Amino acid sequence: MSAQALLTVRELALTFGGVHAIADLSLEVRPGEVLAIIGPNGAGKTSLLNVVTRVFDATRGQVHFKGQDLLSVPRHQVAGLGLARTFQNIELFEAATVLDNLLLGRHRFGGGAWWQQLLRTPALTRAEEGARQRVERIIDFLELSPWRHSLIAGLPYGVRKVVELGRALCSEPELLCLDEPASGLNPEETRDLAFWIDDIRSELGVTVVMVEHDMSLVSAVADRVICMAQGRLLSEGTPAQVQADPLVISAYLGA
Amino acid sequence: MHFDYHTRYSEGTALFKRPADKLAYGLLLAALLVLPAVLSPFFLGELSYVFILCVASLGLMFLTGFTGQVSLGHAAFLAIGAYAHAWFLARGLPWPLSLPLAAMLTAVVGVLIGIPAIRVSGLYLAMVTLAFSIIVEQVIGLWSSVTGGFTGLAVEDPKLLGWSLSGPKAFYYTCLLVLVGVLLGLLNLLRSATGRALVGVRDSEAAAYALGIHVQGHKVAAFGVSAGVCGLAGGLLAHHLKYLTPDGFTLLLSLELVLMVVIGGLGSLRGAVLGAILISLLPTAISRIKPLLPDSISKQFGLEIFVFGLVLAIFVLFEPGGLNARWLKLRALLQSFPLYRRDTFKRQKRYMKSERYK
Repeated sequence: MSAQALLTVRELALTFGGVHAIADLSLEVRPGEVLAIIGPNGAGKTSLLNVVTRVFDATRGQVHFKGQDLLSVPRHQVAGLGLARTFQNIELFEAATVLDNLLLGRHRFGGGAWWQQLLRTPALTRAEEGARQRVERIIDFLELSPWRHSLIAGLPYGVRKVVELGRALCSEPELLCLDEPASGLNPEETRDLAFWIDDIRSELGVTVVMVEHDMSLVSAVADRVICMAQGRLLSEGTPAQVQADPLVISAYLGA
Repeated sequence: MHFDYHTRYSEGTALFKRPADKLAYGLLLAALLVLPAVLSPFFLGELSYVFILCVASLGLMFLTGFTGQVSLGHAAFLAIGAYAHAWFLARGLPWPLSLPLAAMLTAVVGVLIGIPAIRVSGLYLAMVTLAFSIIVEQVIGLWSSVTGGFTGLAVEDPKLLGWSLSGPKAFYYTCLLVLVGVLLGLLNLLRSATGRALVGVRDSEAAAYALGIHVQGHKVAAFGVSAGVCGLAGGLLAHHLKYLTPDGFTLLLSLELVLMVVIGGLGSLRGAVLGAILISLLPTAISRIKPLLPDSISKQFGLEIFVFGLVLAIFVLFEPGGLNARWLKLRALLQSFPLYRRDTFKRQKRYMKSERYK
């Protein structure tokens, strides 16, 4: 394990009763890369993200983020370390506007003391406008301006996916975990997403881990691909290498 | 038609979104300020009572409407506020100190109840709060050295710097001041980070955690704030009632508060106020209409409760957004008058539903 890895997972195991969702998994994420995790359904990809973001408690093993033991951090403090995520089945705040959802992305930077909020002091107004300015940059970046004041509940699926990505970006993460960012998107939206992921890495300097089934997106943006099956690491390498790996092919085809 | 065209960030969170709003609310406040000059003391007392219930309804709305936590026991917080205020006054504390102290004490109780209560949600939370309110009612009845027990406790008249506030006019202004203060405070809280976080906790706990929101902490804090506001309302209610007994704070009052926020429209402070006005004036309206009804109906036992239930059923069936949604539709109709389309607010079927995990 190299010292410069941003995220290190070592001998991780996660079991639910007799089900081994993750079994003895070790991997690392290097700063500045786009790492794609692929694998058949039930391979443990989303479970891995859930362990890393502390939704599930690991049964065994270690996870280190920037050298810090992540598994001892309470669930609500993960974001504060600079780790953001999206969800497979979009978890947006439905009754709030796009703008409020994005502003919530900046929650980890604090929102002022309670009395400042209660009285809405000029200092708080300035801080809020500063947050809004940061959010507007993400709105520009992801071209969300037509929906700025729309409620999530009325938005089409593709836009919701982008809003969720934007909300994660608003927390200015160092590591961004995307759980199936292209699921449910049409080919055009998927192409846009590929450009954005590339820009997120090169312009915003964010390291990206994405769980994805769409191999065209994976080949387009991933530097490295990890294939998981039955909770284990099956293959690792460039997109072309992994796609050509006989083990990977047999895992998908069940041969 | 109206389109929001913002040129400053501050316009997005402004209290009054349009110049017309400023004028309308200004006129409303001015009207409320001059009302005592024209109204009879009886109606002033009724209006003060409406204001007090508005404050309590705002307190419950903060909890139920914005964090999605149901409570069937908010009458208990009103009771704690009322008795604490009366007790402090009887111990010689000055009025302007006693009322905030009573509110704070109620908030502390709210936090203490909130810590275990937030472990459950939905129907179970409703049961827990219901049990809490029954316990409080019993404790008030039995702890006679402090509360006067079932015989009751007289409340001293409110005094501020030697001035008596017990007259209908002075009390009306006091209640109005508290209502406006609570409304502004809650509005400010809700349009800053706390309010956004509460809505976040309500709509998706998983995402709230992932964004660094302390979900449990926010839920408990919401319980505390809600209880505190209700405690404030309780303190004022003590002066309105003038004599406190445990049966002033029964389950019926809790249910009326729930009716206010549901009929008003969950998730809207305006709804809380509108709901409180409707529910608090309904009994008076019923008693005025009664003489006009045939004897077979007007002599029926439980007519009031029947009407409450009917109103609730009608709203749940035909206007789940409550009075607030009705108001917004009416406003849209007036603003776009000749161009209004009948299907603007047509309810649509939703086909997308996402699974959620905790």
